[in-house]
Amino acid sequence: MENERKATREGYGDALLELGKQNKNVVALDADLAKSTKSNKFGKQFPERFFDVGIAEQDLIGTSVGLSITGKIPFASSFAIFICGRGYEPIRNALSYSSFNVKLAGSHSGLMTGEDGATHQCIEDISLMRVIPTMKVIQPLDYWEAYSAVFKMSELNGPMYLRLCREKSPVFFDSNYEFELGKSNILMEGKDASIIGCGPILENALIAAELLKEKNISVEVINMASIKPLDEKQVLNSANKTGLIFSLEDHSILGGLGSSISEFLSSTKPTKVVRIGVPDLFGESGKPKELWHKYGLDAESIMKTIELNLKEK
Amino acid sequence: MLLKETELKKLANKVRIHVLKMVFSAQSGHIGGAFSSTEMLVSLYFHEMNFNPKKPDWSERDHFILSKGHACAAQYACMALAGYFSENELMTFRKLNSRLQGHPAAHDLPGIEASNGPLGFGLSIANGIALGKRLDKINSFTFVLMGDGELQEGMIWEAAMNSSQHKLNKLIAFVDWNNLQIDGKVSEIKEVSPISKKFEAFGWNALECNGHDFNELISAIQKAKQSKEKPTVIVCKTIKGKDVSFMENQCDWHGVAPNQEQFDKALNELIIKGESLGK
Ligand SMILES: Cc1ncc(C[n+]2csc(CCOP(=O)(O)OP(=O)(O)O)c2C)c(N)n1
Ligand SMILES: [Mg+2]
Repeated sequence: MENERKATREGYGDALLELGKQNKNVVALDADLAKSTKSNKFGKQFPERFFDVGIAEQDLIGTSVGLSITGKIPFASSFAIFICGRGYEPIRNALSYSSFNVKLAGSHSGLMTGEDGATHQCIEDISLMRVIPTMKVIQPLDYWEAYSAVFKMSELNGPMYLRLCREKSPVFFDSNYEFELGKSNILMEGKDASIIGCGPILENALIAAELLKEKNISVEVINMASIKPLDEKQVLNSANKTGLIFSLEDHSILGGLGSSISEFLSSTKPTKVVRIGVPDLFGESGKPKELWHKYGLDAESIMKTIELNLKEK
Repeated sequence: MLLKETELKKLANKVRIHVLKMVFSAQSGHIGGAFSSTEMLVSLYFHEMNFNPKKPDWSERDHFILSKGHACAAQYACMALAGYFSENELMTFRKLNSRLQGHPAAHDLPGIEASNGPLGFGLSIANGIALGKRLDKINSFTFVLMGDGELQEGMIWEAAMNSSQHKLNKLIAFVDWNNLQIDGKVSEIKEVSPISKKFEAFGWNALECNGHDFNELISAIQKAKQSKEKPTVIVCKTIKGKDVSFMENQCDWHGVAPNQEQFDKALNELIIKGESLGK
């Protein structure tokens, strides 16, 4: 793990700008949060291909659909809660139903959003987007995975959702990294249990795994950035290898990555899956680290959950 | 006037100082839009609105909905000064376990009628309150404060039709017309003007005033209170970041906290302003 820290939303903004230079068909839209989502970088360079629809998330989706009908590749961004929440029905019916080629990016996901409080901490977007047929869901681990995912999204047809975070987080990969839809990667090898997670919160999993090493417990840590489609092969491998899975996400334990893994395993290889995520509760104002601690998502809580379940194994 | 204009001005100055300290202490929050709404909030809390801080759920009270919930630091400051809770509690703003959430949470803090922050909800909620009170034959007023950028949300206009449909004459809406949103000028992103004419076309009375002038604000509110049939919107021309020279009319001061140097400078300007109002 390097010491460098960068937010995944920065990866989005930088990639979008670069993509805009390479592909004249790419257009970008925002709903008055371009500075926060970082789509403003594209906007500054390509004002004629950038549309700020104002504070109007339903309009954001509709306009993007229209642009895609003319052959453009729209990237539409806002906060996760507003694009997925306020935009939901148009995302389902105007966009996904006919599988239009619109890419959505939701920043400020998870408790990690911090002081803005529960209204702004989106902890249900994976769940909401995942259940829409045709929609793909990606949460990058770091800056470079976000960067690469933007390019991948532009090459693939159909609606996709990119889940981004506001806070700076460790940079794991470099500019050579290539994200692949439906593929995960192993961040740490282990044999006693598996943590399969998504997003910057995996930093806590790695710290927990290091702490457990000192107690002779070996935990593998897997980055499942491609939430839908899920890397089923890897999930099955882990189930066979360690037989005890912990999902980890800065998202509700209902409906997210943990649910997806559980759904898959329950019908292919019934395996204990312990879902670590935001309990069925709303968040609140606080610093990201304080919230992770209070809601059981910090390294120490993860470590305790793993130890407890290993005893019962 | 119950309170003299200078008293109101002093209160507005106190509110701004509190807001500045709260956002500085939390190192996050929204100063610009809190400062542009300050006089509207002070007019309501200290002159025009009927409420009892000791009995926040008193059924005959006037209701107030801060639809542009991000400006809540100013509302919290007014509430503290009005006696809902101690001024000390203001410093818990945006911190873990605080009742003063980053965006107002009705279930956390008595006196906050509805949870807002996600823009566009407030007018519908205010309509609902006004309709409910009418059913209960309660004659009090319902106030709601919206941002000008917020008017870009479709839900506002769905609600605006409903207010006039139901002849909600006891509903009084404010628009904080500072011509700024986050990404730039409202007029350059998605123009909402002419605001008064739009509301009039939707069946409302519309009044315009200087949103930092207590005499204009209060006479507009008092006029709105006389309406017999229609809801009234008061479109208030304001300056985002009002009273701190380097924050005024700068959209970059929408949602960032000042650093120590900026804080000292801003505080100093506000203190000088306060002193100019006399003892
Ligand atoms: C539904 C929704 N979309 C986006 C945001 C993010 N946001 C917070 S404040 C703001 C700009 C508000 O502008 P305006 O209504 O003019 O308020 P003011 O200038 O008075 O601060 C935006 C886009 C939000 N809070 N809610
Ligand atoms: Mg404004």
